[in-house]
Amino acid sequence: MPSLGTSFGRGGATTFQQDLQNADCIVIMGSNMAENHPVGFQWVMEARERGAKVIHVDPRFTRTSAMATKHVGIRAGSDIAFLGGIANYILEHDLYFREYVEKYTNAPVIIDERFVDTEDADGLFSGWDPEAGRYDIESWRYEGMEVHGAAGQRGEGFEPSGEQSGHGAAGGGLHHGEPPAEDPELEHPRCVFQILKRHFRRYTPEFVAETCACSVEDFVEVCETLAANSGRERTSAFCYAVGWTQHTTGVQTIRSAAIVQQLLGNIGRPGGGIMALRGHASIQGSTDIPTLFNILPGYLPMPHTLSYHKLKNFIDSNTSPTGWWGEFKSYWVSLMKAYFGEHATEENDWLFEELPRIDSDNSAYFTVQQMLAGNVKGYIIAGENPAVGHANGKAHRLGLAKLDWLVVRDVVEIESASFWYDGPEVESGELKPEEIPTEIFFMPAAAHTEKDGSFTNTQRLLQWHWQAVEPKEDCRSELWFYFHLGRLIKQRLEDSEEERDKLIKALRWEYPTHSGIREPDAEAVLQEINGWEIESGKFLTGYPELKDDGSTVCGCWIYCGCFKDGINQTARKKPHWEQDSYVAPEWAWAWPANRRIIYNRASADPDGKPWSERKRYVWWDESDGSWTGLDVPDFKEDKEPHYVPPDDAEAEEAIAGGHPFIMQADGRAWLYVPQGLEDGPLPTHYEPHESPFDNPLYAQRANPRRQQNKDLAEDPYNPVADEPGSDVYPYVVTTYRLTEHHTAGGMTRSVPYLAELQPAMFCEVHPDLAREVGLEHGGWATIYTSRSAIEARVMVTDRVRPLQMKDGRTVHQVGLPYHWGKRGLITGDSANDLAHMALDPNVHIQEVKAFTCGIRPGRRPRGPELPKFVAELREQARSRLEASAVEPPTPGRTSRTPSASGGRGEQDPRVESEEARKTSS
Amino acid sequence: MREELHPLSDLNGKPPGTTSWSGSITEAGTEMRSYYGRPIVKEPTWTWEIPTYFFTGGVAGASAVLSSAARVSGNETLARRALYIGTVADLVSPALLISDLGRPERFHHMLRVVKVTSPMNLGSWILLVNGGATTTAAMLQLLGKWKPVRIAASIVAALAGPPLATYTGVLLADTAIPVWHEGRHELPWIFGASAAASAGAAASIFVPPRDAGPARRVAVAGVLAEGALMQAMELRLGKVGEVYHEGEAGKLSWAAKGLSLAGAALLAKRGRKSRASAVLGGALVCAGEVCLRWSVFKAGFQSARDPKYVVESQRGRVEQDGTKATTKPGDSPAPPSRGA
Amino acid sequence: MNLLQDLLEQPTGDPDGWDAYGDEQQERVGFFTDTSVCIGCKACEVACKEWNLIPEDGRVWTGESYDHTSQLDANTWRHVAFVEQRKPLIGDGNGDGSTGLRWLMESDVCKHCTHAACLDVCPTGSLFRTEFGTVVVQQDICNGCGYCVPACPFGVLDKRHLEATTDPPPAFLGRKEDGRVWKCTLCYDRLKGGHEPACAKACPTKSIQFGPLEELRERADARLAKLEAENWNGAQLYGRDPDDGVGGFGAFFLLLDEPEVYGLPPDPVVTTRDLPEMWTNMLAAAGTLLAGVAALTFLGRRG
Ligand SMILES: Nc1nc2c(c(=O)[nH]1)N[C@H]1C(S)=C(S)[C@@H](COP(=O)(O)OP(=O)(O)OC[C@H]3O[C@@H](n4cnc5c(=O)[nH]c(N)nc54)[C@H](O)[C@@H]3O)O[C@H]1N2
Ligand SMILES: Nc1nc2c(c(=O)[nH]1)N[C@H]1C(S)=C(S)[C@@H](COP(=O)(O)OP(=O)(O)OC[C@H]3O[C@@H](n4cnc5c(=O)[nH]c(N)nc54)[C@H](O)[C@@H]3O)O[C@H]1N2
Ligand code: SF4
Ligand code: SF4
Ligand code: SF4
Ligand code: SF4
Ligand code: SF4
Ligand SMILES: [Mo]
Repeated sequence: MPSLGTSFGRGGATTFQQDLQNADCIVIMGSNMAENHPVGFQWVMEARERGAKVIHVDPRFTRTSAMATKHVGIRAGSDIAFLGGIANYILEHDLYFREYVEKYTNAPVIIDERFVDTEDADGLFSGWDPEAGRYDIESWRYEGMEVHGAAGQRGEGFEPSGEQSGHGAAGGGLHHGEPPAEDPELEHPRCVFQILKRHFRRYTPEFVAETCACSVEDFVEVCETLAANSGRERTSAFCYAVGWTQHTTGVQTIRSAAIVQQLLGNIGRPGGGIMALRGHASIQGSTDIPTLFNILPGYLPMPHTLSYHKLKNFIDSNTSPTGWWGEFKSYWVSLMKAYFGEHATEENDWLFEELPRIDSDNSAYFTVQQMLAGNVKGYIIAGENPAVGHANGKAHRLGLAKLDWLVVRDVVEIESASFWYDGPEVESGELKPEEIPTEIFFMPAAAHTEKDGSFTNTQRLLQWHWQAVEPKEDCRSELWFYFHLGRLIKQRLEDSEEERDKLIKALRWEYPTHSGIREPDAEAVLQEINGWEIESGKFLTGYPELKDDGSTVCGCWIYCGCFKDGINQTARKKPHWEQDSYVAPEWAWAWPANRRIIYNRASADPDGKPWSERKRYVWWDESDGSWTGLDVPDFKEDKEPHYVPPDDAEAEEAIAGGHPFIMQADGRAWLYVPQGLEDGPLPTHYEPHESPFDNPLYAQRANPRRQQNKDLAEDPYNPVADEPGSDVYPYVVTTYRLTEHHTAGGMTRSVPYLAELQPAMFCEVHPDLAREVGLEHGGWATIYTSRSAIEARVMVTDRVRPLQMKDGRTVHQVGLPYHWGKRGLITGDSANDLAHMALDPNVHIQEVKAFTCGIRPGRRPRGPELPKFVAELREQARSRLEASAVEPPTPGRTSRTPSASGGRGEQDPRVESEEARKTSS
Repeated sequence: MREELHPLSDLNGKPPGTTSWSGSITEAGTEMRSYYGRPIVKEPTWTWEIPTYFFTGGVAGASAVLSSAARVSGNETLARRALYIGTVADLVSPALLISDLGRPERFHHMLRVVKVTSPMNLGSWILLVNGGATTTAAMLQLLGKWKPVRIAASIVAALAGPPLATYTGVLLADTAIPVWHEGRHELPWIFGASAAASAGAAASIFVPPRDAGPARRVAVAGVLAEGALMQAMELRLGKVGEVYHEGEAGKLSWAAKGLSLAGAALLAKRGRKSRASAVLGGALVCAGEVCLRWSVFKAGFQSARDPKYVVESQRGRVEQDGTKATTKPGDSPAPPSRGA
Repeated sequence: MNLLQDLLEQPTGDPDGWDAYGDEQQERVGFFTDTSVCIGCKACEVACKEWNLIPEDGRVWTGESYDHTSQLDANTWRHVAFVEQRKPLIGDGNGDGSTGLRWLMESDVCKHCTHAACLDVCPTGSLFRTEFGTVVVQQDICNGCGYCVPACPFGVLDKRHLEATTDPPPAFLGRKEDGRVWKCTLCYDRLKGGHEPACAKACPTKSIQFGPLEELRERADARLAKLEAENWNGAQLYGRDPDDGVGGFGAFFLLLDEPEVYGLPPDPVVTTRDLPEMWTNMLAAAGTLLAGVAALTFLGRRG
């Protein structure tokens, strides 16, 4: 989560769900918490019972809305406008928490004079390189600061961004932790505070109402409620999930909330914070100890080909002189010791030279394109069902059908394993089983009940689970699979002299096994993750003990401490009612250092006293000379509140006693992010990649930096806004979950008790839309985009609102759950067959929360008729587009020229030109 | 099993008969006075055996009386034949009941207890007593042995007969099915009358007209009484009574009236003279009585299926007498319950 | 005869038959299901099925908002109802300023009536009152007579029409289906082991509150008062009053609209309340039948 990472220092929820009970106001936006996090939602209900306001902002009225004290319906994909509006309202009406903003955020910092805001460049920040289609971020930095990349490899021409900056992007180049130029009065025209004010000035309530299609009154009520419930005595929390992230502006949306929460002084305090509600049982864990291509455990960057040469410049460019990233080398070396044991030595640079490198975007969607291009030979799918769960399912299935081999590990035979004989393309004749060259291996996986292990949940809590039953037949755990796979590979390479095999031969690959199937001991793995001192064999108690001389082993530095004292801390199950406070530190173990609210030094004022009695959490104990409170203080225990770092201070030492955001080089929360994001230091409103509207602010319609596939025939895009042909796809569609099912459905469509609860794919539409196109409740509808068409039962409900736009237009939204596929007890069409693969540039997330579609009554065409139907509509749209002579967009254009032709004036060469759009359809 | 798509059509007076519906489910929710038109009380799970048993049980119960009365009055032929008819009916009845059970092999669990709150339990005992007594009497009659025992058995059968013929009315009335529970005052009477009519009619078929006079009178009187009682019940039932004019219950009810009246008329007019007419008349009355039992049976299902019968009758009651089922703000809090 | 006496007296306090336990009698427990905090997650439905090994209930898309299990029956012992309404939750629109919608969700269950018609009418004694004051079907006794099904004023019980899983009847009887009736047991087995019922345990928001009935009633009164003070629309307790037609529910509810909107009867009455009258009536009818037939027979002899 680079948004939270760049804003606060760590890429995880800043708080924990139990703490929501202390909030005076909770804004749930971009999440349907009651439906998707029902257990955590009890704490929202608890807060409501205690009198808190619960606000739900969502395009639909959901089970969360039903529980909220206020629901505001907005247009899907307009969140930055809404949140920016809140920021503007707070700034305009002086509702911000002055002392907090001044002392704990980078509001006073003065920014380089070359920085140009989107407000002055019609939707582009300074540094836009139209050729490369990306930003040069030099002009975004703090004034007077040397260029220095931290937690990334900027110095080597590769910028840290996305997940790499997800955890503790550093400002770099700061002397003793303080930015070179500041204005504590917040009045300098180039200080962050003033830039922010100017940036959001146009986000007035009226603008918000028009852009989001809500009422001015509702919007103002939200602002007032939030402001009234923030400050010294009160705190408000935000909860979000993928309603925010799954946009081409996803990361920046969360950034907007980070700005609001900083202005209101709600981070690091009880009842405050930003609760990132995550997905799968251990999705947080899967970024902490990543399944991602570009980071290593603990958000250490994966070396890039450009930093191929030396360890030294890799370490240098990733070490921040100040803040906790100053210890980068210790984390790195300890990880290498965990991987390679005695094979990694100071002399051989801890095997740095042998490590594999990444060369570009190797994320899932990019890889699929490579598959389609025939560049990928083999693929392992484990615990994922891309044929149903990924945007543009058809492109995925076609891609998989071009592999030489495919391994699918899953608990059921999912669509991603069976597409070659029962996929929609087989039905339509686009794929013929006998012509697919792919050899597919289905490996049955053991479920969580059949193995030991830990889950890292949405609030960074590691919780251990024990095996309840032995896996049946051939089912095996992931641990078993990868351990024995590695073991066999090592065995085969035992005698290899090949240079490329050196690393594999060097791998430590010894874990005790048990039971008849030789299951590796999961606790042994956890021990390695925690780490130990090599000489004494003593388990480490926390990451401050890590050394850069190869004397410590640690598999993931942020998890260091989870096996403290030789005890599996994650297996602690003492309920909160048997503990002293609701914080319940003896229930499992949270990273970092078992902290539940991070940056909690911010719950005390600069002097170290609680901001108020009502909101006390962590404070400076004068008599003890240490920080104390309900939680583990997120601060050096004995660092005084008024500590001023000496000039030569480095790393953690360089963070002043009044700066709670210890992962940041300057110890502050960042309202403005000079480094670490691909698409701008500040969030700004862009339209979704596909939407029926122009950008009311700029000629630049959508995020210029978004990733698109302009040349990919399998990923054609709908005409947008008032482009001719956009009327073929006039509605906004959004996709989401239902309590009753889980994601791509493999785990729930196959379970009778869940299958019966939501037995069929359906669409949710407003009665006006139903009337407009002739849909009947209980009947069938066909929904189509340039990619495909699906059918669904019709649920006519007022819960989905029509959008009353300023121009008098009414635009309808279509809601689609995305859980269905071809297999299981209940089958249905997949919503993702409709979606496109344009992505957020920071984290490569698909925009499935807002795109455009058409809808008509009745079931979809069958067999070969289906692709024909889709192509005909695409042709219809295209011919309209063609009929209006299109001028190619003028790059670099800064002012907005209303174009009769309907061209969108995109400056990004990567943005598909109309021409490209035509050829791809 | 449920239908593929539950028609939302019955909601709020929207036209029924379509599977999909052009309104919004929110609109429906706002206006609806039942849960999507779904039943509140469950339809019984009983199948064809039950109404058939009502008939056979009625025949058995009333025949026992008819037989004994005939014997006392000296009409041996009638007494014997009625006894045999009753015996056959008494033997068929438990078979029907057992066959309707979900777990027939456990039929004897009916007799684990004696439970006055359960008409079905008492009914089982009554059937056992009546059936046992009648069968004993019939056996001894056939064998011509142990006269005192036979007489005792006949007396027992005659005393158990009327309860057997009428308890089934209570059986139905002691449910939450609106048209049955609301008909509790008349149902035992109707079933009694119907039993008389059936027994009389059955005897009219099997007894030579010369000896069948009492049977014909009983049949005709039963038919007339039952008709009057049905009228009375419908009057009392008010709105719920409409199920007797609708659907299957309606058709059966008409058939019952037509058949039994025609049969009764035939018996009355020509039953004494023509054996053929007696047989036909008796058969018609019997058919009519079968229809009657079926129409009462079906009416119950129909009134259970449509929630309006539950809601409307209960709402009517609430409006008159108030209800303690709901406690609204401002209602004085209920006292704590006794004991607990 | 105890029962008939009870019936004739129409007591309003204790559950029928409960006092038979003497020393073994436990505190009466039940549910207070507070729909104002129900998030409609259906965890209760699923937990109940998991714990009680209930078969699947059919996969039918009904279109009735998010409810596709539709009703309580043999294979659904907790059922969550969904009703969407164009009505604000609180006052005149605070619940949802922009659309004025509310979405009612209610987890329905057997009421464990103080005077339980199902129990009264059961001819086999299969349905019985437990020491906790709850009503349970003994599956080894039930012979599937089906009498309890129409007797329940709430339509809770139903016969299971599935292949038998245990205890198959002899084949010569030609029945393969389960054939018995099923309903919520208030997790009798769990209560015996000192655990709370599965549905209450699974409920994340405490919409299902389990506990001693008296305590729950007090809690419910307080809750109603709070919602009244907060101006919630339609808030009412259902089945809380021991004076109602079934003597108070062992599992009662806080609703936000009239009971019938959730598929509940507005004024349920235990059918056996009228049983003494019905028996008397029947005896009269039987007497008349006896007298009538006899009279008509003798009439013939004379005439
Ligand atoms: N029962 C259940 N629980 C789950 C899952 C599941 O599949 N089933 N999945 C898990 C996973 S993997 C994840 S990631 C989380 C996701 O949890 P959520 O983010 O809550 O999941 P969604 O339902 O996809 O989306 C949430 C809401 O976003 C709204 N929305 C759509 N577009 C927009 C928009 O532009 N702006 C705003 N503000 N809202 C928008 C949708 O209407 C929807 O109500 O849930 C986890 N929990
Ligand atoms: N349109 C649309 N698309 C979306 C989203 C959306 O909101 N809208 N949300 C996105 C989000 S947030 C997510 S997380 C993805 C989810 O998409 P996927 O991850 O593709 O979908 P899942 O069904 O969760 O796939 C997980 C699989 O893991 C299997 N599994 C479970 N346990 C184990 C195990 O121990 N080992 C192995 N090997 N397999 C196991 C399950 O059976 C299941 O098939 O979908 C994304 N796609
Ligand atoms: S499924 Fe698991 S993680 Fe999700 S809400 Fe339920 S208990 Fe929590
Ligand atoms: S609700 Fe019905 S099934 Fe439950 S105890 Fe009462 S009468 Fe019996
Ligand atoms: S079906 Fe079973 S539980 Fe119900 S009344 Fe008959 S024997 Fe009793
Ligand atoms: S108490 Fe037990 S049996 Fe009853 S509904 Fe709850 S889980 Fe099911
Ligand atoms: S578990 Fe609780 S919150 Fe969820 S549906 Fe059932 S009663 Fe409602
Ligand atoms: Mo997710």
